[in-house]
Amino acid sequence: MTAGLIEVRDVGKTFGSVIALREVSTVVNAGQVTCVLGDNGAGKSTLIKILAGAHQHDTGEFLVDGAPVRFNSPRDALERGIATVYQDLAVVPLMSVWRNFFLGSEPKVGWGPFTMVDRRKAKELTRASLAELGIDLRDVEQPVGTLSGGERQCVAIARAVHFGARVLILDEPTAALGVKQAGVVLRYVAQARDRGLGVVLITHNPHHAYPVGDRFLLLKRGRSLGCFDKADITLAELTRQMAGGAELEALEHELRAVGAVDGG
Amino acid sequence: MTRQTAVPDAAAAPAPGPASAGDERLARTRLLNQLVVRPELGSVLGAVLVFVLFSVVTDRFLTPSGVATWLDDSATLGIMAVAVSLLMIGGEFDLSAGVMTASTSLVTAIFATQLGWNTWAALAASLVFALLVGFLNGWLVMRTGLPSFIITLASFLMLQGLNLGVTRLMTGTVQVSGMRSAAGYASSGFVFASTMDIGGTTIQVSILWWLLVTAVASWVLMRTPFGNWIFAVGGSSASARAVGVPVTRTKILLFMTTATAAWLVGSINILRFTTAQANQGIGLELQFIVAAVVGGCLLTGGFGSAVGAAVGALIFGMARQGIVFARWESDWFQLFLGAMLLAAVLVNNAFRRRAERVRR
Ligand SMILES: Nc1ncnc2c1ncn2[C@@H]1O[C@H](COP(=O)(O)OP(=O)(O)OP(=O)(O)O)[C@@H](O)[C@H]1O
Ligand SMILES: [Mg+2]
Repeated sequence: MTAGLIEVRDVGKTFGSVIALREVSTVVNAGQVTCVLGDNGAGKSTLIKILAGAHQHDTGEFLVDGAPVRFNSPRDALERGIATVYQDLAVVPLMSVWRNFFLGSEPKVGWGPFTMVDRRKAKELTRASLAELGIDLRDVEQPVGTLSGGERQCVAIARAVHFGARVLILDEPTAALGVKQAGVVLRYVAQARDRGLGVVLITHNPHHAYPVGDRFLLLKRGRSLGCFDKADITLAELTRQMAGGAELEALEHELRAVGAVDGG
Repeated sequence: MTRQTAVPDAAAAPAPGPASAGDERLARTRLLNQLVVRPELGSVLGAVLVFVLFSVVTDRFLTPSGVATWLDDSATLGIMAVAVSLLMIGGEFDLSAGVMTASTSLVTAIFATQLGWNTWAALAASLVFALLVGFLNGWLVMRTGLPSFIITLASFLMLQGLNLGVTRLMTGTVQVSGMRSAAGYASSGFVFASTMDIGGTTIQVSILWWLLVTAVASWVLMRTPFGNWIFAVGGSSASARAVGVPVTRTKILLFMTTATAAWLVGSINILRFTTAQANQGIGLELQFIVAAVVGGCLLTGGFGSAVGAAVGALIFGMARQGIVFARWESDWFQLFLGAMLLAAVLVNNAFRRRAERVRR
């Protein structure tokens, strides 16, 4: 087996007595999208926080480029090229697009105490790297808060790509987005993949995951229901697994019974 | 049944909405952008208004000595307002800033007159004291996660008590005087409290300090990486931290900057008046905040302007002295101040709701 960009083998994580994650394995390859699907509380965020360096795994192995690692902070992960875009932590709304884009890594001119932000370069680079992902913003001076949720997400993605991410982790980038906006974000996810990045996409929605995903990790109550290649699973099957299969049927049955009582 | 029909309606309704509203929204965004580039716009308009008003109703306002008077009144307030505006953009308040201007005066005066230090050494000791208080304010706020409002209210009260208590212990009175006879008074007085003669009008050097502080603060804010971080930690400290901005360091430095500005104002005051009153400075902290808000700072942080705060202080000085020149009752000043603050907050608030409106 060839080692992927990142790989986890039987990782587990407990918070006190809560077992958030147990024996989960998956791999993220360059130029591929690994989707992590699961219900609320399934452990999706816990898994990607381990990948992003925000948490450390208790059991199992976490490999980057085939070598075992243990990150102490998100900075460590960033240095290895693993960038994470959180839905809510993505940007500062009142700041302009270019200021957000280079926040924390400003291009500099001048020397010593007279070091300044190279504003022209920052604006040009922002416009250029957004354009590279096909995002056309007329004005990089406008505050990010005036962009739509999808556009904001795209700015954060473009930012991660620009700063040399090899692995891009997106925590529910399409949650709370409309159908059209979600489509826009997914297109940029595909763009990032085509540029050779390994992408980890967390979502509730199999309809968002299936078109862009190459591999699907299904989580339920901290356990893996399996990691499927796209060839091995259909959208219908994915949806059924996500919804909890038999449980959903039982629920449907129950609701029908309630409806019958109401109607009568 | 009704619920079933309601769902498709709700789903269909938003679809044509954004499409048809697209152009109109673009126009609004452009207007908003102009406001974003110029948060100090409102204060400049206000300043022009006040300037024209008092130029018309009084004779003295436009004379060189009149101008020197209101500029002087604005200067020390302006130095503090600018520093406070940086802190507010960084998302924090400092209620101890007013009383700090007295504390630093007192520390300088006590070291110079009671302990016989050279004035420069006393000034240095006072600066160390200011940096320490600023650091403690910032460190406590960041360490506890409590609102800076409450932490600095505590340091405000403590400093107020210390000012009176220590002064009474050292001098037996509530003031420290006799700076003029301290060693190094002449040279330090030249730097902090000299006057210049321009065309027969006496100009205080504090006005130059005010301009310098405003220029440096504005440059830092708009042009340097640190300025970028100030906006970020005030706008959303979680996002800032996530992209590697040293949030704690930035905020502590901002508290220390405010304390340093208070030291500068304290030094200007003690060297100019040569006497420090232990109960000075109380209530000034609110004036600093008002000037910063009039200058376009949001109370919620993340937005504002150093130049705006300086202009806010200018409005203060012009109105306060203009009312004196016009021989109006000084009561009107408070009314004016309140109205000014209300207008500024309403404008700022309307802006913020627009800019922070979460669009999906
Ligand atoms: N820091 C923590 N301390 C204690 N328990 C935690 C902690 N973080 C997560 N958990 C628990 O671990 C489980 C998995 O949480 P996680 O956030 O990974 O779920 P998720 O799949 O991301 O859910 P959602 O779809 O709602 O975001 C939950 O039961 C949660 O309560
Ligand atoms: Mg989650």
